[in-house]
Amino acid sequence: MATQPSFISKHWWKITGALFVMYSIIEGFLGKVPALPILHETIRNLYFHVTMWFAMIFVLGGSVVYSIRYLSTGSVYDDLRAEHMASAGILLGLLGITTGSVWARFTWGGWWANDPKLNGAAISLLIYLAYVILRSSMDEEQKRARVAAVYNIFAFVLLIVFLMVYPRLNQVDSLHPGNGGNPAFSSYDLDSNMRLVFYPAVAGWIMMGLWIANLSYRIAKLRYDKLMWQSENNLLIEE
Amino acid sequence: MMKYLLSFLFFLVQACFSLLSAGNEVEMATGMRSEGKIYVVVAVLCIVFTGIVLFLVRLERRVNKLEKEKTDL
Repeated sequence: MATQPSFISKHWWKITGALFVMYSIIEGFLGKVPALPILHETIRNLYFHVTMWFAMIFVLGGSVVYSIRYLSTGSVYDDLRAEHMASAGILLGLLGITTGSVWARFTWGGWWANDPKLNGAAISLLIYLAYVILRSSMDEEQKRARVAAVYNIFAFVLLIVFLMVYPRLNQVDSLHPGNGGNPAFSSYDLDSNMRLVFYPAVAGWIMMGLWIANLSYRIAKLRYDKLMWQSENNLLIEE
Repeated sequence: MMKYLLSFLFFLVQACFSLLSAGNEVEMATGMRSEGKIYVVVAVLCIVFTGIVLFLVRLERRVNKLEKEKTDL
């Protein structure tokens, strides 16, 4: 089937990602989970909701890496990569916040709870939406890339603070396990059956997120190269 | 390629069965899983996800083709 000898070496992470997610869907429903009050079967959302956030943080982290790379190389391609990884991360975040809302409705009794982690997630998503708006508000390519790269670094730091530091402070109470003196996470995270599904699911969704980011980056790159080629040729005709 | 995929799928199915048969001390909607046809939902989700992956693969091929066309230019 492989037309190129490098097919597996080129695409292994896409194949692995899809298979891991597929495995998490099958095993996520059919596997054994601990019986806990309130949660009941919704504990399986760990494989589908929590993974969105893990994947989002990873993909947005990748975006920051390219932003920093842009600041040192000045290459437009690094900026494009950062932009499209950020979009993929935002997509995962929006999925995370909507799935979390549904989960909260049936376990915490409301679509939205005044929970530090929920509010933190909402704020960080707004910060990233501002990143998209900031980009679209600037026409000059290098300036936009530079401002966006610096903003992206700030945005990621704030994301970490809002999602991982602030909800864990002892001063705040959080419904989320493992936050604000709420230690419940360990009671099911330590379940080895669930780990066997959860970690592959996280890895799978990270790879799916990277795949989506990669595809949209390559389309943007093609468009950019075409623009450059056109302007170069027009210049040649004029000269 | 197909051989690779099939062997991996086989491994997954095997892993599922081995996990299912691992000690059932705490009962929890096990009846639903065996007679309640939850596997139908699993099958549907697998189809949905496969559809999304196939869409991505198609997109991948189209982008690949455009990239090739560009280098041939």
